[in-house]
Amino acid sequence: MTNEKKMLRDEDRIFTNIYGWAGADLKAAKKRGDWDKTAALIKKGRAWIIDEMKASGLRGRGGAGFPTGLKWSFMPKESDGRPHYLVVNADESEPGTCKDRDILRNEPHKLLEGCLLAGFAMGAHAAYIYIRGEFFNEGSAVIKAIEEAYDAGLLGKNAAGSGWDFDIVLHRGAGAYICGEETALIESIEGKKGQPRNKPPFPAMAGLYSCPTTVNNVETIAVAPTILRRGASWFSDLGLNEKNAGTKLFCISGHVNQPCNVEEEMGTTLKELIEKHAGGVRGGWDNLLAVIPGGSSTPCLPKEICDSVHMDFDSLREAGSGLGTAGVIVMDKSTDIIYAIARLSYFYKHESCGQCTPCREGAGWLWRVMTRMVQGNATVDEIDMLWEVTKEIEGHTICALGDAAAWPVQGLIRHFRPEMEKRIMEYRKRAA
Amino acid sequence: MKKPFELHADYQPESFEFTKANKKKVEKIIALYPKGRQQSAVMPMLDLAQRQVGEEGAKMDPPVGGWIPRAAMDTIAQMLGMPNIKVYEVASFYSMYNMAPVGKHLVQVCTTTPCWLNGSDDIVKSCKSHLGIGMNETTKDGKFTLMEVECLGACVNAPMVQINDDYYEDLTPETMKEVLDLLGEDMKPEVGSQKGRKASMALSGPTTLKETAKKAKVI
Repeated sequence: MTNEKKMLRDEDRIFTNIYGWAGADLKAAKKRGDWDKTAALIKKGRAWIIDEMKASGLRGRGGAGFPTGLKWSFMPKESDGRPHYLVVNADESEPGTCKDRDILRNEPHKLLEGCLLAGFAMGAHAAYIYIRGEFFNEGSAVIKAIEEAYDAGLLGKNAAGSGWDFDIVLHRGAGAYICGEETALIESIEGKKGQPRNKPPFPAMAGLYSCPTTVNNVETIAVAPTILRRGASWFSDLGLNEKNAGTKLFCISGHVNQPCNVEEEMGTTLKELIEKHAGGVRGGWDNLLAVIPGGSSTPCLPKEICDSVHMDFDSLREAGSGLGTAGVIVMDKSTDIIYAIARLSYFYKHESCGQCTPCREGAGWLWRVMTRMVQGNATVDEIDMLWEVTKEIEGHTICALGDAAAWPVQGLIRHFRPEMEKRIMEYRKRAA
Repeated sequence: MKKPFELHADYQPESFEFTKANKKKVEKIIALYPKGRQQSAVMPMLDLAQRQVGEEGAKMDPPVGGWIPRAAMDTIAQMLGMPNIKVYEVASFYSMYNMAPVGKHLVQVCTTTPCWLNGSDDIVKSCKSHLGIGMNETTKDGKFTLMEVECLGACVNAPMVQINDDYYEDLTPETMKEVLDLLGEDMKPEVGSQKGRKASMALSGPTTLKETAKKAKVI
């Protein structure tokens, strides 16, 4: 594959108003193609929509990358009397990630149309959009779009003339990263503390109000209408391969000349992404120290890997990290990378819900030891102990927050252990 | 860092009642959820109570920002048929519910890694020196409370702060002071990027959708 091939053409971009140049309103959205013959798509039936989503190769855009069509197919085919629910995860809180914010404020109708199509495909007559409370203005933009859609008959009884009744409710969070975890999010909608549930039962069997529920990320739902309209093969032809298909919104922050969000093809190279869209690394590519490729929980990658790595689920997993939310955090050589990761340890300590001991105690312990590592006030053996403790946290908690706390520290030790040892030696020299 | 939960502090009012207009809003909120699931309304109602206290507080001298008195939680518990402790649990779990009085403008500086990489330390310094207060403190005139928060999800527009409902992005120590000055004089600073860029587009101009940009007269 050549580099030239991987630059996405404008006509293949889904989010044509991602920067908000045109209005977010219904009239402007329709001009961009939203809500175009939605009823005709619905008339093709549930099975067609789910098969099409499966064939498109779309994988969840919230971080885990689970195949979307397959997830939708887990919902019971027939209702046992309990209503089905679609829940949209708009709790975007993973450090480095700010893509859903742009969909919510600039492309809300793509999300609403996606809710109707996804909801119909899973037999749901209602969707709850759970938005982080801090996104007050973004939430207001979504409420405005919901009102417009009701007024135009696109939601409510016989939504968009499809014969399917469908309601959408916006539920605002109030500041808790953990509510991005799907069962914590469900607890939160039910009016409780956002603490993750044990699984099974999985939400598709017993989710919101103990009813069959599917929780999807904003971007996942918002790309669905375009995929269904343009066809699964259009989407699956884009990207690196059939398992890493389509387009993706990337957020490029940190030490780049032009931080920005951009929609690119899945599997584009990291270097190209940074150089073509974000104005390059400050001081040039050779001034790069490391990149956190997919939001704070994905382990950092040193420059040698960044030189050639592709930005997709499987390439990044092979490189010992992950695509996550595609929140790319760039760090140049001036960065105190030990502090950069220690600050993330503080984040996870702050956001741990306190339910599971390994995470509640472990995240705080990681932060305290990492704080000493920043000063160098530690022993080299403690680096090994730090590694051991991350392994004790990882996989031993109800949800993935424990893993998310462990991975950044593991990435640091894996790639920057000499830097940590150097810090310790310098501290000793000063102390002596 | 969230202020501690003090149920019996001096500042706690004896009682709380939603205004007539807000009672109507409460009915609408409860109607959004299925019958028998009114507990789902607890978060929007806590938010509504905090906003009501903030609106009333803005008229006081010195002004007070939005927070949630214990009496408000008890009222909400009663309205929703929940034990009081269940409402306290929710209110103390989420970081946006202020459990003690705050200033009229709640300045929340993001210092998580993406903002830190782009100079959030300088923004914190700028706020502290300009307002003359430390973290979790309120100015004597009641206008500002300063807090540190975790990632607010505007990383490509770092560094940034949230003040009440609004984000101020792409800050420098100087523009941070300008925003604070305007708010201090009860004027409304421009919300969003302080460098004048549109949303999350590169400051130097878009790298994609250039034809659309031309039509929209962005470039």
